[in-house]
Amino acid sequence: MIAAARTILARDLRIVLRRPGDAATALLFFVIVASLFPLGVGAEPNLLRAVAPGVIWVAALLASMLSLARLFAADHADGTLEQLLLGSAPLGVVSAAKVLAHWLVSGLPLVAIAPLIALQYDLAPELYGTLALSLLLGTPVLGFIGAIGAALTLGLRGAGVLLALLVLPLYVPVLILGAGSVEMVSAGLAPDGQLLLLAALLVVSAAFAPWAIAAALRISTE
Amino acid sequence: MSTAIRWFWFASPQTFYPLAGAIARVSAVGAALLVAAGLYVGFFVAPTDAQQGEVYRVIFIHVPAAWMSMFLYVVMAFWAAIGLAFNTRLSAMMASAIAPTGALFTFVALWTGALWGRPTWGTYWVWDARLTSELILLFLYLGFMALQAAIDDARRADRAGAVLAIVGVVNVPIIYYSVQWWNTLHQGASVSLTRAPSMASTMLAGMLLMALAFWLYSIAATLARVRCIIRERA
Amino acid sequence: MSWGSWGEFWAMGGKGFFVWGSYAVTFACLALEVYFLRRRSREAKT
Repeated sequence: MIAAARTILARDLRIVLRRPGDAATALLFFVIVASLFPLGVGAEPNLLRAVAPGVIWVAALLASMLSLARLFAADHADGTLEQLLLGSAPLGVVSAAKVLAHWLVSGLPLVAIAPLIALQYDLAPELYGTLALSLLLGTPVLGFIGAIGAALTLGLRGAGVLLALLVLPLYVPVLILGAGSVEMVSAGLAPDGQLLLLAALLVVSAAFAPWAIAAALRISTE
Repeated sequence: MSTAIRWFWFASPQTFYPLAGAIARVSAVGAALLVAAGLYVGFFVAPTDAQQGEVYRVIFIHVPAAWMSMFLYVVMAFWAAIGLAFNTRLSAMMASAIAPTGALFTFVALWTGALWGRPTWGTYWVWDARLTSELILLFLYLGFMALQAAIDDARRADRAGAVLAIVGVVNVPIIYYSVQWWNTLHQGASVSLTRAPSMASTMLAGMLLMALAFWLYSIAATLARVRCIIRERA
Repeated sequence: MSWGSWGEFWAMGGKGFFVWGSYAVTFACLALEVYFLRRRSREAKT
């Protein structure tokens, strides 16, 4: 079981590394969206500092959603997915491995590049740690929830827009807790509660989402 | 044992079809009578509110619609889960028949909330915890309907919708509490509408009558729609 | 509650727009749903 997960993980990472442009596109999207906000709301430093946590989190939400459509599409097109469905490894474990691989190439770079955006918004230095930690805890949750949507919309026409409609409302708690934790620190309070709740969401989604993803994949491919 | 057989007998769309028609007709009549009674109590029996004046009379549709919108989502997820677990076609049909009525009541709750908010809060929209969760609930309903509409194969549509409804219903309380926490953090709307103790008993009676009317209406609309779905798929 | 006149009833203490706006849209929505259900049911029969 562990071996199967490791094989999937290594394979997915190898595929992405062969074509790093795909992963870079979502990252670029994140940077561009975050850079557009000052052009829209004005470059007043106090305003930018106030909206920064929310803007960075919304941009992260959109970027992670954008890359979701790719999660199962290629495997579905070349028949790999069918083999995985018929294989002996539990589909839930396979799904979890795929989400993890996807997060490593799309979520983790987001966490790494977020401080750069925070710099643009002149965020106070003591907020960087909380921002990074909240993204570190929150982006995998986005991956797990989003993968359910990606599996449900597999092979449908207009899957991209539909996926957004299904998944974005479910992202709300992660957005609130993630952006909220940073705002707590900027208000001089401890962000522990929000970060712990984010961690709880991560644990719960990691425990249950893979089985929902597996069920959705079976429904979409039969 | 015999009851189990009877339940599965009703789970067959063909046997349920005439029963659904009969229940729908009775519920529709009951809903019409209760709406008339509720409106009468609401407009001619219930007194003017001491703080809000006459505008509070929106409560007779706003609160029942909000109740129904949340209740119907849970019922929808319940039928979806039953359909997924026991592979009964009728349960899945029930889930997809409930969704439009649920979305309608969610919209009504939002609309009346906005029109009520304008004279009481001075603005049509406040990011109040309840209004915001209601808005997200509307998105969840629309997502469910959009997903089912995008899938041509009825069986896949049923099952995919079921997974989404179950994921959604698990998320609804999490969304509600996170929105509530977010609301207290930002202190946007400090005006509260919770003033249950001061509510006259006739006001409560009018509200309950309307809630019962909306409930019967939902049953009638859902069963009528289930009949359409049964026929369309036959 | 007794209303002095019909004019007073429709005015709703000056908040008629909000009260009747809510009720009108609500019942229009319900009527529309019933209409579409009837049409769908007719189409499904044939």
